Amino acid sequence: MRDYLSLLFIAGLAFLLFIIAGELDFGNAPMRVGQGINQAAPGQVGAANIVTSVVLAYRALDTLGELAILFAAATAGGLVLGRPRPDAPRDPDAGFILRTAADLLFPLLLLVGLFVIVHGHLTPGGGFQGGVILAAAFFVPLLARPGTRFRHTGFAVVEGLAGAAFIVTGLLGLIYGGDFLQPLLGPGAMGSLLSAGTLPLLYMAVGLKVGAELAGLIARLAEFEAVEP
Amino acid sequence: MTVGTEFLDWVVLLATVIMLAGAVAVLLLKDYLAAVAATSVVSLGASLLFVILRAPDVALTEAAVGAGLSGVIMALSLRRLGLWRIRGSGAADSSAPDERTGDAD
Repeated sequence: MRDYLSLLFIAGLAFLLFIIAGELDFGNAPMRVGQGINQAAPGQVGAANIVTSVVLAYRALDTLGELAILFAAATAGGLVLGRPRPDAPRDPDAGFILRTAADLLFPLLLLVGLFVIVHGHLTPGGGFQGGVILAAAFFVPLLARPGTRFRHTGFAVVEGLAGAAFIVTGLLGLIYGGDFLQPLLGPGAMGSLLSAGTLPLLYMAVGLKVGAELAGLIARLAEFEAVEP
Repeated sequence: MTVGTEFLDWVVLLATVIMLAGAVAVLLLKDYLAAVAATSVVSLGASLLFVILRAPDVALTEAAVGAGLSGVIMALSLRRLGLWRIRGSGAADSSAPDERTGDAD
């Protein structure tokens, strides 16, 4: 009986999806807000990447909420996973090839992540994407040498400071601009690295926070505890 | 745009077929780690579709989070649960050299 019910549910869902896909033109969203933002954003915010001016200027409060959700999720994950036992067995180091590749990849991934974060207002990408790349960079050496200790305290400090920097920048916008998270310092020359006011600073805070958070979560997951035989 | 739309249609079709094959493979595969890899294939196809729809930001997020990080987290969770063991890691089961036969107790 339950099988038939789930089959019916899937059929209904597929029917709905087909209706929606048939009505919509592929690749053309029937929205007018986007056109308005496309026209207003370059003069008001000055970010070459319009998506960034939406994420950090027009909808910056949503980004703060997103950071809060991520923080809650990472905290819950850390709470469930718990503290690693010091006497837990650990994997031996990986082979020569993986260790050398990790040494080569770590600075490269770090550079790519920082590039994506710093150029978030110019090119596609930004704090969230770059932060995930940073977290992946810190996972690579952990994969090659599982025995090394991961310094959780340092990452927690970076995460807290970055989150505080985001809110402090928002409060400065409230004091000097009149609205919470209002971009300051003017739009600047569009397309240059130092443009779009405080948006690059906000994205740097987001990137460091996301990177430290996810790196800590992955390290907590990777710390090997004794499995019951 | 220099690439013809007909070519893009074929790329979309290929990506969709690969994504569907990956999604079906997740259901059918017996090996948990292979199923995790198949979910990453689905995300990779989705990020290709996002690029074709001219949403590079979303594509970057999908590739980094969907294909990269979530696969890592799921694989590490499998390891936590004891469903995936790295072969040759003798730390936990050094007494049983062949783990496929020695799990009787």
